[in-house]
Amino acid sequence: MSMSERSLAPAKEHASGVAANPATNFEAEIARPPSAREILADKIFRQASFVIAVFTVLLVAYVIYDIGRVAMPAVHSYGFRFLATSTWDPNKNIFGVLPAIVGTLYSSILGLAGGTIFGLAIAVFLSERFLSIGLESVLAFFHLEQNRYLNRWPDRIENWLRTIIELLAAIPSVVFGLWGIFVVIPIIRPPCNWLFGHLGWIPFFGTPLSGPGLLPASIVLAIMVLPTVSAISRDALVAVPPKIREAAFAIGATRWEAILAIFIPTASAGIVGAMILGFGRALGETMALAMLAGNANVLSWSLFSPANTLAALLANHFPEAGTAEVGALMYAALVLLGITLIVNIAGTLILQRAEAGLKGLR
Amino acid sequence: MELSDRAVRQAEINLSDLERSLRRPRVLFSAVMSLLTGAATVAAMVPLFSVLYMLIRKGAADLSMSTLTQLPPPAMMPGGGIGNAIAGTILIVLIATAISVPIGIFGAIYTSEFGPDTMIAQAVDFAAKVLTGLPSILAGVFAFAAFVMLTGGFSAPAAGIALTLLMLPTILLTAEDAIKRVPSRMREAVIGMGATRTQVVTKVLLPAALPGILTGVMLAIARAAGETAPLLFTSLFSEYWISRSSPAFIPHSINDLMKPTASLAVLIYNYSGSPFDNQIALAWTAALILVMMVLVTNIAGQLLASRYNR
Repeated sequence: MSMSERSLAPAKEHASGVAANPATNFEAEIARPPSAREILADKIFRQASFVIAVFTVLLVAYVIYDIGRVAMPAVHSYGFRFLATSTWDPNKNIFGVLPAIVGTLYSSILGLAGGTIFGLAIAVFLSERFLSIGLESVLAFFHLEQNRYLNRWPDRIENWLRTIIELLAAIPSVVFGLWGIFVVIPIIRPPCNWLFGHLGWIPFFGTPLSGPGLLPASIVLAIMVLPTVSAISRDALVAVPPKIREAAFAIGATRWEAILAIFIPTASAGIVGAMILGFGRALGETMALAMLAGNANVLSWSLFSPANTLAALLANHFPEAGTAEVGALMYAALVLLGITLIVNIAGTLILQRAEAGLKGLR
Repeated sequence: MELSDRAVRQAEINLSDLERSLRRPRVLFSAVMSLLTGAATVAAMVPLFSVLYMLIRKGAADLSMSTLTQLPPPAMMPGGGIGNAIAGTILIVLIATAISVPIGIFGAIYTSEFGPDTMIAQAVDFAAKVLTGLPSILAGVFAFAAFVMLTGGFSAPAAGIALTLLMLPTILLTAEDAIKRVPSRMREAVIGMGATRTQVVTKVLLPAALPGILTGVMLAIARAAGETAPLLFTSLFSEYWISRSSPAFIPHSINDLMKPTASLAVLIYNYSGSPFDNQIALAWTAALILVMMVLVTNIAGQLLASRYNR
C-alpha cells in the first residue's frame, strides 16, 4: 500500500513534467505515509516541545524559589523589624526598609496618577477617532474629502500618533533617567522652591528641592507608565460593543456624555486592569528612580524631599555591597517580588474577567 | 377643542432646541473635554521629542568614528569612546537571544499546537504572564543567585540569563498568537496529505507564522538592549575590551566570557552621576547610540507586524 503510493507520486511528477515546481516538490515530500525516521523525529520533536513547555513553568517557579532561598538567611536574622525600621547602616549591620517600601508605594501612586490622567485621555482621544474626524471635517471644509490622496491622511496621522505614544515605552529607562537629571530637574526646581517658600506649611511642599527628589522621579515614572495605561485602556474602549455605542448616541447623548456615562463604565474593568498593570510596572521600575529619587532613607510627606524605593535601593547599594548587606538586599528583593506578584496577578485576573464580562454584551 | 389645541402646540417641535450650539452647557462641556484630551495627547508627546532633541543636541556633538571604536577615557582626559560598551551590549543581547528564542518558540509550539487547552499550556501562559510583570531588577537578582554565586564572578552569560527571563514572555506569547492565527484550513490540508504533526509545524505553521514570530523577537531584543538594572547584578562594567587578543570586540575563549563586561546601559548609569564633563558627554553619546539601536529594532518589528496583519 505504502509502496504503491510512494511510487505513484514521482510518477505523476514525471508525467506532468513540473518536478522543479516547489509546490510539487512539497507534495512529493509530504503526500505519503511517514517513514519510520519521520515518525521517530515526530516523537522526539513533540517530546522536546513538551519538555520545554514544562521547563518554562519550572523556570518561573525556580526564579521565585531562588530569590526566596537567598533571602532566607536575612529573613531569619533580621525578621519583621527589617520591614518596620528605617535605618540602613551597613557598617553596623542595621538594616530597615520602611522608607524604601513607603517610597516605592508613594512614587508609584503619584506616577500612576499622572500616567492614568494622561493615558486615559490619550486612550479616549485615539479610540473615539477625535483626530481623524476633526481632520476629515477640515478636509470637508475645503471640499477635499473625495480627494484620493488627502482622504487617507486622517487615519494615517492617527496611526502615527499611536505609534509615537507606543515608542515612549521603547525608550530605555536609563535614558529617561539621564534626561530627568539634565532636563526635568532644572525645569521644575524654580517653581518647586517657590512653592516651598510660599506654601511650605503644607506637608507636601515641606522641603526644598535641592536636586533629586520624589517629584522628578514621579514625573518620569508617569511618562513611563503612560504607554501601558493608554494602550490597554484603548483596547478596552475599542472593545465596547457598537450596539451600546449607537444606543448611547440614539438617545441623544452628546459625545462626552456618552463617553463618561456609558463607554468608560462599560470598559471600566479593562481600564482598572490597565491601571493595576501600570502600577506593577511603576513598582518595579528601577533605573529612573535610582537616578532621580535621591537614594535617601527618609520618611517624608514632601514631594520635594529625596526618597528611596526598593528597586532603587537594590540598584544603588548592590554594586558596592559586602556579604551582610547583600543578604539584606536579597530580603528587600523578596519584599519587592511579593508586592509586584500580588499586584500583577490581580491585574491579569481583572483583565481576564473584563474580557469574559464583555462577551455577554455582544 | 381647547385641549387639542394645547396638545398641538406641545407637539410642535421647537427646531432651535435641536440645534447643536456651543451656548448650551452640555455641548460646551463636550467641546472643552475634547480640546483637553487633544491637549493631553499632544502634551504626552512632548517628553519623547524632548528626549530625542536632547540626545541629538548633546549626543551627536561628540559622535565620531573614534567615539564608536575606542575605550572609555580616564576622568578629565579628552577623547576616548564607548567601543567596548557597544560590543558588550551586542554580546549580552546575542547570548540572551540565543537562549530565549528556541525556548520561546518551542514553548509556543506546545501551547498553540501540541497541547492547547491542556493544564500545561495554561500553566505556561500563566508563567509567561508572571514573567511579563517581573521587575527587571529581580531578573538580575535571580541571575546573581543562580549563576554569579555559582560561577564565582560577574560575567556576560549571567547577564544573558537575566535578559532571557525578560525576553522569554514576549517571544513566547507573540509566537503563540502568530501560530494560532495560521488559518486552520492550511493545517488541515497538510494533515490530510498525511504529514506528521512535526511536519505540520515545521513545513506549514512556522513558515506562515514567521513574520509574527520575528516581530516578537525584535520587540524583545529592543526591550532587552535597553535594560540596565539586571546588568548591575550580573555583568557589572568593565573599562576594557572583551578580549586581549585582536579583534578585541569578540570573545576568544571562555575566560573572555567569564568576566565583567561593559554595556551601554551601565555606562550611561555610571557616567550620568559623574562630576566630569567628558564622562557626561560620553553618557549622552552612549544614550544616543542605545536609543538608535532600540528604536530601529522596535520600528522594524512594528513595520513587520503591520505588514503581517494586513
